[in-house]
Amino acid sequence: MTLLAFDWAIIIEKLILIAIIVLTTLLITLYTTFGERKVAAILQDRPGPNRAGPFGLFQPLADGLKLIMKEEIIPTSASKWLFILGPGLAMTASLMTSAVIPWGTELHLFGRTIELQIADINIGLLYVFAVVSMGVYGIMIGGWASNNKFSLMSALRAASQAISYEIAMGLALIALLMTTGSLSLKTIVADQVAGNWWNVVYQPLGFLIFFICAMAECNRTPFDLPEAENELNFGYHQEYSSMKLGFYLFAEYVNMIMSSAIMASMYFGGYDLPFFDESTVAPNIAAIIGVGTLLIKIVLFVFLFMWIRWTIPRFRYDQLMNLGWKKMIPLALLNMLITGALILSKL
Amino acid sequence: MQALTNKSIAVNRSPMTIWERLYLINIIKGMVITFSHMFKKQPTVRYPEQKREFSPVFRGLHVLNRDEEGRENCTACGLCAVACPAEAITMEAAERQEGEEHLYREEKYAAKYEINMLRCIFCGLCEEACPKDAIYLSETFAPANYTRKGFIYDKNDLLIPNTLTNATALAKAKGVEA
Repeated sequence: MTLLAFDWAIIIEKLILIAIIVLTTLLITLYTTFGERKVAAILQDRPGPNRAGPFGLFQPLADGLKLIMKEEIIPTSASKWLFILGPGLAMTASLMTSAVIPWGTELHLFGRTIELQIADINIGLLYVFAVVSMGVYGIMIGGWASNNKFSLMSALRAASQAISYEIAMGLALIALLMTTGSLSLKTIVADQVAGNWWNVVYQPLGFLIFFICAMAECNRTPFDLPEAENELNFGYHQEYSSMKLGFYLFAEYVNMIMSSAIMASMYFGGYDLPFFDESTVAPNIAAIIGVGTLLIKIVLFVFLFMWIRWTIPRFRYDQLMNLGWKKMIPLALLNMLITGALILSKL
Repeated sequence: MQALTNKSIAVNRSPMTIWERLYLINIIKGMVITFSHMFKKQPTVRYPEQKREFSPVFRGLHVLNRDEEGRENCTACGLCAVACPAEAITMEAAERQEGEEHLYREEKYAAKYEINMLRCIFCGLCEEACPKDAIYLSETFAPANYTRKGFIYDKNDLLIPNTLTNATALAKAKGVEA
Protein backbone atom coordinates (compact mmCIF):
# COMPACT_ATOMS: atom_id res chain seq x y z
CA MET A 1 0.00 0.00 0.00
CA THR A 2 2.96 2.29 -0.03
CA LEU A 3 2.13 3.17 -3.61
CA LEU A 4 -1.12 4.82 -2.55
CA ALA A 5 0.31 6.55 0.48
CA PHE A 6 0.46 10.10 -0.77
CA ASP A 7 -1.41 13.30 -0.17
CA TRP A 8 -4.83 12.55 -1.71
CA ALA A 9 -6.02 16.11 -1.30
CA ILE A 10 -3.62 17.13 -4.02
CA ILE A 11 -5.83 15.36 -6.59
CA ILE A 12 -8.84 17.42 -5.57
CA GLU A 13 -6.69 20.53 -5.50
CA LYS A 14 -5.38 19.88 -9.02
CA LEU A 15 -8.85 18.99 -10.32
CA ILE A 16 -10.23 22.28 -9.04
CA LEU A 17 -7.28 24.12 -10.55
CA ILE A 18 -7.78 22.40 -13.91
CA ALA A 19 -11.49 23.20 -13.86
CA ILE A 20 -10.81 26.84 -13.04
CA ILE A 21 -8.12 27.21 -15.69
CA VAL A 22 -10.12 25.50 -18.45
CA LEU A 23 -13.31 27.40 -17.66
CA THR A 24 -11.50 30.72 -17.39
CA THR A 25 -9.71 30.06 -20.65
CA LEU A 26 -13.00 29.30 -22.39
CA LEU A 27 -14.62 32.40 -20.93
CA ILE A 28 -11.71 34.56 -22.01
CA THR A 29 -11.86 32.91 -25.43
CA LEU A 30 -15.53 33.79 -25.70
CA TYR A 31 -14.67 37.40 -25.14
CA THR A 32 -11.60 37.20 -27.37
CA THR A 33 -13.93 36.55 -30.31
CA PHE A 34 -15.81 39.67 -29.28
CA GLY A 35 -12.52 41.51 -28.86
CA GLU A 36 -11.41 40.45 -32.32
CA ARG A 37 -14.53 41.93 -33.86
CA LYS A 38 -14.23 45.09 -31.82
CA VAL A 39 -10.53 45.54 -32.63
CA ALA A 40 -11.21 44.94 -36.32
CA ALA A 41 -14.00 47.50 -36.21
CA ILE A 42 -12.04 50.16 -34.38
CA LEU A 43 -9.04 49.76 -36.67
CA GLN A 44 -11.39 50.23 -39.62
CA ASP A 45 -13.24 53.28 -38.19
CA ARG A 46 -16.39 51.30 -37.41
CA PRO A 47 -18.21 50.88 -34.08
CA GLY A 48 -18.37 47.07 -34.28
CA PRO A 49 -20.97 44.88 -32.54
CA ASN A 50 -22.90 47.14 -30.17
CA ARG A 51 -26.49 45.87 -30.25
CA ALA A 52 -26.64 42.89 -27.84
CA GLY A 53 -26.53 44.25 -24.31
CA PRO A 54 -24.52 47.24 -23.08
CA PHE A 55 -21.67 47.97 -25.54
CA GLY A 56 -22.61 44.70 -27.30
CA LEU A 57 -21.20 42.67 -24.40
CA PHE A 58 -23.72 39.84 -24.86
CA GLN A 59 -22.71 39.39 -28.50
CA PRO A 60 -20.48 36.33 -27.86
CA LEU A 61 -23.34 34.66 -25.97
CA ALA A 62 -25.64 35.30 -28.93
CA ASP A 63 -23.00 33.93 -31.31
CA GLY A 64 -22.53 30.82 -29.19
CA LEU A 65 -26.27 30.25 -28.88
CA LYS A 66 -26.67 30.62 -32.63
CA LEU A 67 -23.94 28.04 -33.29
CA ILE A 68 -25.51 25.57 -30.85
CA MET A 69 -29.00 25.98 -32.32
CA LYS A 70 -27.84 25.31 -35.89
CA GLU A 71 -28.45 21.96 -37.55
CA GLU A 72 -25.63 19.43 -37.30
CA ILE A 73 -24.78 18.09 -40.73
CA ILE A 74 -22.45 15.19 -41.30
CA PRO A 75 -21.86 14.62 -45.01
CA THR A 76 -22.79 11.10 -46.15
CA SER A 77 -19.43 10.59 -47.79
CA ALA A 78 -17.49 11.74 -44.73
CA SER A 79 -15.71 9.34 -42.43
CA LYS A 80 -18.11 9.75 -39.54
CA TRP A 81 -16.02 9.09 -36.45
CA LEU A 82 -12.99 11.01 -37.61
CA PHE A 83 -15.28 13.83 -38.70
CA ILE A 84 -16.65 14.07 -35.16
CA LEU A 85 -13.22 13.57 -33.61
CA GLY A 86 -11.59 16.44 -35.55
CA PRO A 87 -12.99 19.47 -33.70
CA GLY A 88 -12.63 17.77 -30.33
CA LEU A 89 -9.01 17.00 -31.04
CA ALA A 90 -8.31 20.56 -32.14
CA MET A 91 -9.85 21.90 -28.94
CA THR A 92 -8.15 19.37 -26.64
CA ALA A 93 -4.74 19.96 -28.17
CA SER A 94 -5.02 23.69 -27.77
CA LEU A 95 -6.22 23.44 -24.15
CA MET A 96 -3.52 20.94 -23.15
CA THR A 97 -0.81 23.60 -23.27
CA SER A 98 -2.32 25.27 -20.23
CA ALA A 99 -1.07 22.36 -18.05
CA VAL A 100 2.50 23.58 -17.81
CA ILE A 101 2.00 27.34 -17.74
CA PRO A 102 2.83 28.80 -14.32
CA TRP A 103 -0.10 31.15 -13.73
CA GLY A 104 1.36 32.64 -10.57
CA THR A 105 3.40 31.85 -7.46
CA GLU A 106 1.66 29.96 -4.71
CA LEU A 107 -1.49 30.54 -2.69
CA HIS A 108 -1.73 29.70 1.01
CA LEU A 109 -5.27 28.53 1.63
CA PHE A 110 -6.71 26.31 4.39
CA GLY A 111 -3.24 25.57 5.68
CA ARG A 112 -2.12 24.24 2.31
CA THR A 113 0.33 25.62 -0.21
CA ILE A 114 -1.35 25.59 -3.61
CA GLU A 115 0.91 25.96 -6.60
CA LEU A 116 -0.76 27.91 -9.40
CA GLN A 117 0.48 25.52 -12.04
CA ILE A 118 -1.22 22.26 -12.97
CA ALA A 119 1.98 20.29 -13.54
CA ASP A 120 5.54 21.43 -12.99
CA ILE A 121 7.18 18.84 -15.21
CA ASN A 122 10.90 19.04 -15.78
CA ILE A 123 10.46 18.78 -19.58
CA GLY A 124 7.95 21.67 -19.76
CA LEU A 125 9.35 23.19 -22.93
CA LEU A 126 9.41 19.86 -24.73
CA TYR A 127 5.83 19.24 -23.61
CA VAL A 128 4.75 22.61 -25.05
CA PHE A 129 6.52 21.80 -28.27
CA ALA A 130 4.87 18.37 -28.49
CA VAL A 131 1.37 19.68 -27.74
CA VAL A 132 1.67 22.55 -30.20
CA SER A 133 2.52 20.13 -32.96
CA MET A 134 -0.50 18.03 -31.93
CA GLY A 135 -2.70 20.98 -32.87
CA VAL A 136 -2.33 20.23 -36.55
CA TYR A 137 -3.92 16.79 -36.07
CA GLY A 138 -7.33 18.30 -35.47
CA ILE A 139 -7.09 20.22 -38.72
CA MET A 140 -5.62 17.28 -40.64
CA ILE A 141 -8.21 14.77 -39.45
CA GLY A 142 -11.11 17.20 -39.88
CA GLY A 143 -10.05 18.20 -43.37
CA TRP A 144 -9.35 14.66 -44.46
CA ALA A 145 -12.47 13.09 -42.99
CA SER A 146 -14.70 15.68 -44.69
CA ASN A 147 -14.03 13.99 -48.04
CA ASN A 148 -13.98 17.34 -49.79
CA LYS A 149 -11.14 18.35 -52.05
CA PHE A 150 -10.95 21.87 -50.65
CA SER A 151 -10.83 20.59 -47.08
CA LEU A 152 -8.11 18.13 -48.00
CA MET A 153 -6.05 20.78 -49.77
CA SER A 154 -6.38 23.03 -46.77
CA ALA A 155 -5.43 20.24 -44.38
CA LEU A 156 -2.35 19.54 -46.48
CA ARG A 157 -1.42 23.20 -46.38
CA ALA A 158 -1.90 23.32 -42.63
CA ALA A 159 0.28 20.27 -42.12
CA SER A 160 3.13 21.47 -44.32
CA GLN A 161 2.94 24.95 -42.80
CA ALA A 162 3.07 23.56 -39.28
CA ILE A 163 6.04 21.33 -40.09
CA SER A 164 7.97 24.17 -41.74
CA TYR A 165 7.48 26.62 -38.93
CA GLU A 166 7.93 24.14 -36.10
CA ILE A 167 11.57 23.72 -37.08
CA ALA A 168 12.33 27.42 -36.72
CA MET A 169 10.26 27.53 -33.54
CA GLY A 170 12.19 24.63 -32.04
CA LEU A 171 15.51 26.22 -32.94
CA ALA A 172 14.44 29.48 -31.30
CA LEU A 173 13.48 27.52 -28.19
CA ILE A 174 16.84 25.75 -28.14
CA ALA A 175 18.60 29.12 -28.03
CA LEU A 176 16.38 30.10 -25.11
CA LEU A 177 17.15 26.81 -23.44
CA MET A 178 20.87 27.51 -23.75
CA THR A 179 20.53 30.80 -21.84
CA THR A 180 18.15 29.52 -19.15
CA GLY A 181 19.65 26.08 -18.68
CA SER A 182 16.28 24.61 -17.72
CA LEU A 183 13.33 23.03 -19.52
CA SER A 184 10.92 23.63 -16.67
CA LEU A 185 8.69 26.64 -17.32
CA LYS A 186 8.45 27.28 -13.58
CA THR A 187 12.22 27.59 -13.31
CA ILE A 188 12.40 29.77 -16.42
CA VAL A 189 9.83 32.20 -15.01
CA ALA A 190 11.32 32.11 -11.50
CA ASP A 191 14.73 32.98 -12.93
CA GLN A 192 13.24 35.98 -14.71
CA VAL A 193 11.46 37.11 -11.55
CA ALA A 194 14.64 36.76 -9.50
CA GLY A 195 17.00 38.19 -12.12
CA ASN A 196 16.90 41.74 -13.36
CA TRP A 197 16.08 41.20 -17.00
CA TRP A 198 13.45 39.34 -18.90
CA ASN A 199 14.57 36.74 -21.40
CA VAL A 200 13.54 38.92 -24.33
CA VAL A 201 16.55 41.11 -23.55
CA TYR A 202 18.89 38.14 -24.03
CA GLN A 203 16.95 36.67 -26.93
CA PRO A 204 15.39 39.45 -29.03
CA LEU A 205 15.88 37.66 -32.34
CA GLY A 206 14.75 34.38 -30.80
CA PHE A 207 11.59 36.06 -29.58
CA LEU A 208 10.87 37.52 -33.01
CA ILE A 209 11.28 34.12 -34.63
CA PHE A 210 9.16 32.47 -31.97
CA PHE A 211 6.46 35.11 -32.35
CA ILE A 212 6.27 34.74 -36.13
CA CYS A 213 6.22 30.96 -35.86
CA ALA A 214 3.54 31.10 -33.16
CA MET A 215 1.44 33.17 -35.52
CA ALA A 216 1.93 30.54 -38.23
CA GLU A 217 1.09 27.73 -35.80
CA CYS A 218 -2.14 29.46 -34.78
CA ASN A 219 -3.13 29.85 -38.45
CA ARG A 220 -3.53 33.56 -37.97
CA THR A 221 -3.27 36.12 -40.73
CA PRO A 222 -0.83 36.63 -42.48
CA PHE A 223 -0.36 32.86 -42.26
CA ASP A 224 -4.00 31.77 -42.45
CA LEU A 225 -3.51 29.89 -45.71
CA PRO A 226 -5.46 26.83 -44.54
CA GLU A 227 -8.52 29.07 -44.40
CA ALA A 228 -7.82 31.16 -47.49
CA GLU A 229 -11.40 31.68 -48.52
CA ASN A 230 -10.73 32.97 -52.00
CA GLU A 231 -8.82 29.83 -52.94
CA LEU A 232 -10.27 27.14 -50.70
CA ASN A 233 -13.83 28.38 -50.08
CA PHE A 234 -13.68 27.93 -46.34
CA GLY A 235 -10.70 25.69 -45.75
CA TYR A 236 -10.65 22.63 -43.54
CA HIS A 237 -13.94 23.44 -41.81
CA GLN A 238 -15.85 23.71 -45.08
CA GLU A 239 -18.15 20.76 -44.32
CA TYR A 240 -18.61 21.54 -40.65
CA SER A 241 -21.70 23.10 -39.16
CA SER A 242 -23.15 23.98 -35.78
CA MET A 243 -20.97 23.66 -32.69
CA LYS A 244 -18.39 21.50 -34.50
CA LEU A 245 -17.58 24.52 -36.62
CA GLY A 246 -17.73 26.57 -33.45
CA PHE A 247 -15.12 24.33 -31.85
CA TYR A 248 -12.73 24.85 -34.74
CA LEU A 249 -13.17 28.60 -34.61
CA PHE A 250 -12.88 28.52 -30.82
CA ALA A 251 -9.75 26.38 -30.91
CA GLU A 252 -8.00 29.05 -32.96
CA TYR A 253 -8.63 31.59 -30.23
CA VAL A 254 -7.64 29.19 -27.45
CA ASN A 255 -4.44 28.55 -29.41
CA MET A 256 -3.85 32.27 -29.58
CA ILE A 257 -4.30 32.70 -25.83
CA MET A 258 -2.06 29.74 -25.10
CA SER A 259 0.75 30.94 -27.36
CA SER A 260 0.42 34.37 -25.78
CA ALA A 261 0.74 32.77 -22.34
CA ILE A 262 3.78 30.76 -23.46
CA MET A 263 5.43 33.82 -24.98
CA ALA A 264 4.72 35.88 -21.88
CA SER A 265 6.15 33.14 -19.65
CA MET A 266 9.23 32.38 -21.69
CA TYR A 267 10.27 35.81 -22.89
CA PHE A 268 8.38 38.42 -20.87
CA GLY A 269 8.78 37.29 -17.29
CA GLY A 270 5.47 35.41 -16.92
CA TYR A 271 3.73 36.59 -13.74
CA ASP A 272 6.50 39.09 -12.96
CA LEU A 273 5.26 42.64 -12.47
CA PRO A 274 8.20 44.89 -13.41
CA PHE A 275 9.61 47.41 -10.86
CA PHE A 276 7.70 45.73 -8.05
CA ASP A 277 9.14 43.70 -5.21
CA GLU A 278 6.74 40.81 -4.52
CA SER A 279 8.29 40.09 -1.10
CA THR A 280 6.95 43.36 0.32
CA VAL A 281 3.32 42.13 0.27
CA ALA A 282 1.64 39.04 1.69
CA PRO A 283 2.29 35.91 -0.43
CA ASN A 284 -1.40 35.47 -1.30
CA ILE A 285 -1.70 39.04 -2.56
CA ALA A 286 1.57 38.66 -4.45
CA ALA A 287 0.17 35.54 -6.15
CA ILE A 288 -3.01 37.35 -7.16
CA ILE A 289 -1.00 40.29 -8.49
CA GLY A 290 1.10 37.78 -10.44
CA VAL A 291 -1.95 36.14 -12.03
CA GLY A 292 -3.32 39.55 -12.96
CA THR A 293 0.00 40.57 -14.50
CA LEU A 294 0.16 37.41 -16.59
CA LEU A 295 -3.42 37.96 -17.77
CA ILE A 296 -2.60 41.54 -18.78
CA LYS A 297 0.44 40.33 -20.70
CA ILE A 298 -1.71 37.70 -22.45
CA VAL A 299 -4.29 40.33 -23.40
CA LEU A 300 -1.56 42.56 -24.82
CA PHE A 301 -0.18 39.72 -26.92
CA VAL A 302 -3.65 38.78 -28.14
CA PHE A 303 -4.20 42.40 -29.12
CA LEU A 304 -0.89 42.31 -31.01
CA PHE A 305 -2.09 39.20 -32.88
CA MET A 306 -5.31 40.96 -33.83
CA TRP A 307 -3.58 44.20 -34.72
CA ILE A 308 -1.31 42.33 -37.14
CA ARG A 309 -4.24 40.41 -38.57
CA TRP A 310 -6.15 43.55 -39.45
CA THR A 311 -3.08 45.28 -40.86
CA ILE A 312 -1.40 43.00 -43.34
CA PRO A 313 -2.77 40.73 -46.06
CA ARG A 314 -2.22 37.01 -46.38
CA PHE A 315 1.03 35.60 -47.75
CA ARG A 316 1.03 33.67 -50.98
CA TYR A 317 1.83 30.01 -50.44
CA ASP A 318 5.27 30.13 -52.07
CA GLN A 319 6.08 33.24 -50.03
CA LEU A 320 5.08 31.38 -46.88
CA MET A 321 7.38 28.48 -47.68
CA ASN A 322 10.13 30.86 -48.77
CA LEU A 323 9.92 32.73 -45.49
CA GLY A 324 9.78 29.56 -43.43
CA TRP A 325 12.61 27.59 -44.97
CA LYS A 326 14.92 30.22 -46.44
CA LYS A 327 14.62 33.00 -43.86
CA MET A 328 13.33 31.74 -40.51
CA ILE A 329 15.41 28.57 -40.24
CA PRO A 330 18.77 30.19 -41.18
CA LEU A 331 17.96 33.08 -38.84
CA ALA A 332 17.12 30.69 -36.03
CA LEU A 333 20.34 28.78 -36.64
CA LEU A 334 22.29 32.04 -36.62
CA ASN A 335 20.58 33.03 -33.37
CA MET A 336 21.58 29.71 -31.86
CA LEU A 337 25.14 30.13 -33.04
CA ILE A 338 25.46 33.65 -31.59
CA THR A 339 23.91 32.54 -28.31
CA GLY A 340 26.29 29.60 -28.08
CA ALA A 341 29.32 31.76 -28.85
CA LEU A 342 28.32 34.33 -26.22
CA ILE A 343 27.77 31.68 -23.57
CA LEU A 344 31.12 30.11 -24.36
CA SER A 345 32.92 33.46 -24.24
CA LYS A 346 31.45 34.13 -20.78
CA LEU A 347 32.63 30.82 -19.35
CA MET B 1 7.80 57.51 -73.74
CA GLN B 2 6.20 60.89 -73.99
CA ALA B 3 3.26 61.12 -71.64
CA LEU B 4 0.07 62.51 -73.17
CA THR B 5 -1.21 63.87 -69.88
CA ASN B 6 0.56 64.58 -66.65
CA LYS B 7 -1.76 62.20 -64.81
CA SER B 8 0.30 59.04 -65.18
CA ILE B 9 2.63 58.11 -62.35
CA ALA B 10 5.83 56.20 -63.08
CA VAL B 11 5.88 52.98 -61.09
CA ASN B 12 9.14 52.19 -59.37
CA ARG B 13 10.05 48.68 -60.55
CA SER B 14 13.57 48.53 -59.17
CA PRO B 15 14.29 45.36 -57.17
CA MET B 16 13.57 45.52 -53.47
CA THR B 17 16.34 46.55 -51.15
CA ILE B 18 17.38 44.37 -48.24
CA TRP B 19 15.26 46.43 -45.83
CA GLU B 20 12.19 46.08 -48.02
CA ARG B 21 12.76 42.36 -48.36
CA LEU B 22 12.85 42.05 -44.58
CA TYR B 23 9.12 43.03 -44.60
CA LEU B 24 9.33 43.91 -40.91
CA ILE B 25 9.81 47.66 -41.32
CA ASN B 26 6.98 47.95 -43.79
CA ILE B 27 4.77 45.81 -41.58
CA ILE B 28 5.50 48.10 -38.63
CA LYS B 29 4.72 51.12 -40.82
CA GLY B 30 1.41 49.53 -41.73
CA MET B 31 0.66 48.78 -38.11
CA VAL B 32 1.29 52.40 -37.19
CA ILE B 33 -1.24 53.42 -39.84
CA THR B 34 -3.91 51.03 -38.56
CA PHE B 35 -3.19 52.06 -34.97
CA SER B 36 -3.69 55.71 -35.85
CA HIS B 37 -7.15 54.79 -37.14
CA MET B 38 -8.17 53.81 -33.62
CA PHE B 39 -8.38 57.49 -32.72
CA LYS B 40 -10.21 58.69 -35.81
CA LYS B 41 -13.80 59.78 -35.81
CA GLN B 42 -16.18 57.06 -36.91
CA PRO B 43 -18.42 58.10 -39.80
CA THR B 44 -21.04 55.54 -38.75
CA VAL B 45 -24.60 56.76 -38.23
CA ARG B 46 -26.14 54.53 -35.53
CA TYR B 47 -29.37 54.18 -37.46
CA PRO B 48 -32.43 53.61 -35.32
CA GLU B 49 -31.25 56.11 -32.70
CA GLN B 50 -29.56 58.51 -35.08
CA LYS B 51 -31.02 59.44 -38.42
CA ARG B 52 -29.36 61.20 -41.26
CA GLU B 53 -31.17 64.22 -42.58
CA PHE B 54 -32.37 64.14 -46.14
CA SER B 55 -30.89 66.67 -48.49
CA PRO B 56 -33.14 69.66 -49.32
CA VAL B 57 -33.70 68.34 -52.85
CA PHE B 58 -34.73 64.86 -51.65
CA ARG B 59 -37.74 63.51 -53.55
CA GLY B 60 -39.80 61.18 -51.43
CA LEU B 61 -43.38 60.01 -51.15
CA HIS B 62 -46.06 62.08 -52.88
CA VAL B 63 -48.63 64.22 -51.10
CA LEU B 64 -51.77 65.72 -52.51
CA ASN B 65 -51.97 69.31 -51.40
CA ARG B 66 -54.85 71.39 -50.05
CA ASP B 67 -55.32 75.12 -50.19
CA GLU B 68 -55.42 77.43 -47.15
CA GLU B 69 -59.13 76.71 -46.66
CA GLY B 70 -58.51 72.97 -46.59
CA ARG B 71 -59.92 72.27 -50.04
CA GLU B 72 -58.29 69.80 -52.42
CA ASN B 73 -56.23 71.48 -55.12
CA CYS B 74 -56.32 68.65 -57.64
CA THR B 75 -58.63 69.12 -60.62
CA ALA B 76 -57.88 65.73 -62.23
CA CYS B 77 -56.49 67.37 -65.36
CA GLY B 78 -54.22 64.35 -65.92
CA LEU B 79 -51.06 66.31 -66.69
CA CYS B 80 -49.15 64.45 -63.99
CA ALA B 81 -50.23 61.12 -65.42
CA VAL B 82 -49.09 62.22 -68.87
CA ALA B 83 -45.79 63.51 -67.54
CA CYS B 84 -45.10 60.36 -65.56
CA PRO B 85 -42.37 58.36 -67.37
CA ALA B 86 -43.13 55.23 -65.36
CA GLU B 87 -46.89 55.44 -65.89
CA ALA B 88 -47.49 55.06 -62.21
CA ILE B 89 -50.38 57.51 -61.84
CA THR B 90 -54.05 56.75 -62.61
CA MET B 91 -57.00 58.95 -61.83
CA GLU B 92 -60.72 59.36 -62.43
CA ALA B 93 -62.31 62.77 -62.59
CA ALA B 94 -65.69 63.76 -61.16
CA GLU B 95 -67.79 66.92 -61.18
CA ARG B 96 -68.23 68.92 -58.01
CA GLN B 97 -71.83 68.89 -56.77
CA GLU B 98 -73.77 71.63 -54.98
CA GLY B 99 -72.68 71.90 -51.36
CA GLU B 100 -69.23 70.42 -51.97
CA GLU B 101 -67.53 73.78 -52.38
CA HIS B 102 -65.79 73.40 -49.03
CA LEU B 103 -64.20 70.11 -50.18
CA TYR B 104 -62.87 70.88 -53.66
CA ARG B 105 -61.46 74.13 -54.89
CA GLU B 106 -62.66 73.95 -58.49
CA GLU B 107 -65.58 72.43 -60.39
CA LYS B 108 -63.77 69.25 -61.25
CA TYR B 109 -61.93 67.00 -58.82
CA ALA B 110 -60.22 63.60 -58.69
CA ALA B 111 -62.65 60.97 -57.47
CA LYS B 112 -59.93 58.36 -57.63
CA TYR B 113 -56.20 59.08 -57.55
CA GLU B 114 -53.72 56.23 -57.31
CA ILE B 115 -49.95 56.04 -57.51
CA ASN B 116 -48.20 52.69 -57.79
CA MET B 117 -45.12 53.15 -55.64
CA LEU B 118 -43.47 50.09 -57.17
CA ARG B 119 -43.57 51.73 -60.59
CA CYS B 120 -42.78 55.24 -59.44
CA ILE B 121 -39.18 56.30 -59.96
CA PHE B 122 -39.50 59.43 -57.81
CA CYS B 123 -38.34 61.69 -60.63
CA GLY B 124 -40.60 64.56 -59.61
CA LEU B 125 -41.96 65.23 -63.12
CA CYS B 126 -45.53 65.08 -61.80
CA GLU B 127 -44.68 67.84 -59.37
CA GLU B 128 -43.28 69.94 -62.25
CA ALA B 129 -46.23 69.20 -64.54
CA CYS B 130 -48.96 70.14 -62.04
CA PRO B 131 -50.49 73.54 -62.86
CA LYS B 132 -52.51 73.65 -59.62
CA ASP B 133 -49.78 73.06 -56.98
CA ALA B 134 -51.67 69.91 -56.11
CA ILE B 135 -48.94 67.26 -55.99
CA TYR B 136 -45.64 67.48 -54.13
CA LEU B 137 -42.88 65.05 -53.26
CA SER B 138 -42.38 64.98 -49.52
CA GLU B 139 -39.34 64.03 -47.42
CA THR B 140 -40.48 60.57 -46.41
CA PHE B 141 -40.17 57.27 -48.23
CA ALA B 142 -42.54 54.37 -48.78
CA PRO B 143 -42.32 51.88 -45.91
CA ALA B 144 -41.91 48.16 -46.60
CA ASN B 145 -45.01 46.13 -47.26
CA TYR B 146 -45.93 42.45 -47.51
CA THR B 147 -47.99 42.67 -50.70
CA ARG B 148 -47.71 44.42 -54.03
CA LYS B 149 -51.22 45.75 -53.50
CA GLY B 150 -49.97 47.54 -50.43
CA PHE B 151 -47.77 49.71 -52.58
CA ILE B 152 -50.66 51.16 -54.58
CA TYR B 153 -51.37 54.35 -52.67
CA ASP B 154 -54.84 55.80 -53.10
CA LYS B 155 -56.22 59.21 -52.21
CA ASN B 156 -56.55 58.39 -48.51
CA ASP B 157 -52.85 57.64 -48.32
CA LEU B 158 -51.73 60.59 -50.38
CA LEU B 159 -53.94 63.47 -49.30
CA ILE B 160 -52.41 65.60 -46.56
CA PRO B 161 -54.58 66.12 -43.46
CA ASN B 162 -56.84 69.11 -43.45
CA THR B 163 -55.16 72.18 -41.97
CA LEU B 164 -58.33 73.45 -40.36
CA THR B 165 -60.02 70.34 -39.03
CA ASN B 166 -57.08 68.12 -38.24
CA ALA B 167 -54.08 70.26 -37.36
CA THR B 168 -52.43 67.65 -35.09
CA ALA B 169 -52.46 64.96 -37.79
CA LEU B 170 -50.88 67.42 -40.18
CA ALA B 171 -48.17 68.26 -37.69
CA LYS B 172 -47.55 64.56 -37.18
CA ALA B 173 -47.35 63.94 -40.90
CA LYS B 174 -44.85 66.74 -41.21
CA GLY B 175 -42.76 65.12 -38.51
CA VAL B 176 -43.23 68.05 -36.13
CA GLU B 177 -44.35 66.65 -32.78
CA ALA B 178 -47.44 68.50 -31.60
